[in-house]
Amino acid sequence: MTTQIARTLDLKGLSCPLPIVKTAQAMKELGSGELIEALATDPGSVPDFNAWCTSTGNELVERTDADGVYRFVIRKK
Amino acid sequence: MAVQEQELAVPAHEHEEQPRRHDKLVIIAWSGDLDKVWPQMILATTGAAMGMQTTIFFTFWGLFSLVRDEKHITGENWMQKMVAMMDRPGMEHLKLGKMNFAGAGPAMMKKLAKEHNVASPGELLEMARDLGVKLVPCQMTMDLLGLRREDMIDGLDEPAGATTMLMEAQEAVTLFI
Repeated sequence: MTTQIARTLDLKGLSCPLPIVKTAQAMKELGSGELIEALATDPGSVPDFNAWCTSTGNELVERTDADGVYRFVIRKK
Repeated sequence: MAVQEQELAVPAHEHEEQPRRHDKLVIIAWSGDLDKVWPQMILATTGAAMGMQTTIFFTFWGLFSLVRDEKHITGENWMQKMVAMMDRPGMEHLKLGKMNFAGAGPAMMKKLAKEHNVASPGELLEMARDLGVKLVPCQMTMDLLGLRREDMIDGLDEPAGATTMLMEAQEAVTLFI
């Protein structure tokens, strides 16, 4: 399984529903098993990414935050 | 400093029976007020992003947001034209249901939205199309208002009626906005 991040999305400053919508759009370009990294500042994106991964079956591999930036690493189903 | 979270994306009660999940979303968009069109677009893009097969059925005033912005007057007879004159259709010309103040209300809302990086309904509609949301205009309302296909934006599905929509809405999450 790859640990290389295929794409990084800068979603800083964006409000709901853009972080999720833009991630879903970017995800379409990825192959199964590839990793995407999303960087967001919207605090609502934390529960939203959790819910989105649960409902789509994509795997939230890593979730960290630093200096008000939430970082999500997601593996495409 | 980075804070690593433990136990990621593990459902809290894996053994418990999960509520049934819907994989379809139908939004009946009946209002053409900015304060309702906005959530129509937010929920449609989100549903599609979640992998739900999403359809918006635009009916009555809801159809106004699908009229091309550059269209001033639509309609075939004087009464239909009067309706368009009194209430200009088009995504860029929507009014607030409350506190419209001759357009000052929507202008303020749009300014606030821009400052907070909230996408406009027009941008969201664009994303909805990109994500494959089905945009279905109501045939009856088109006839009622004298709207032709060329008056409306590209990328719409075939106009349909209430029966088609209720069929579509079976087994779907249905929202009436």
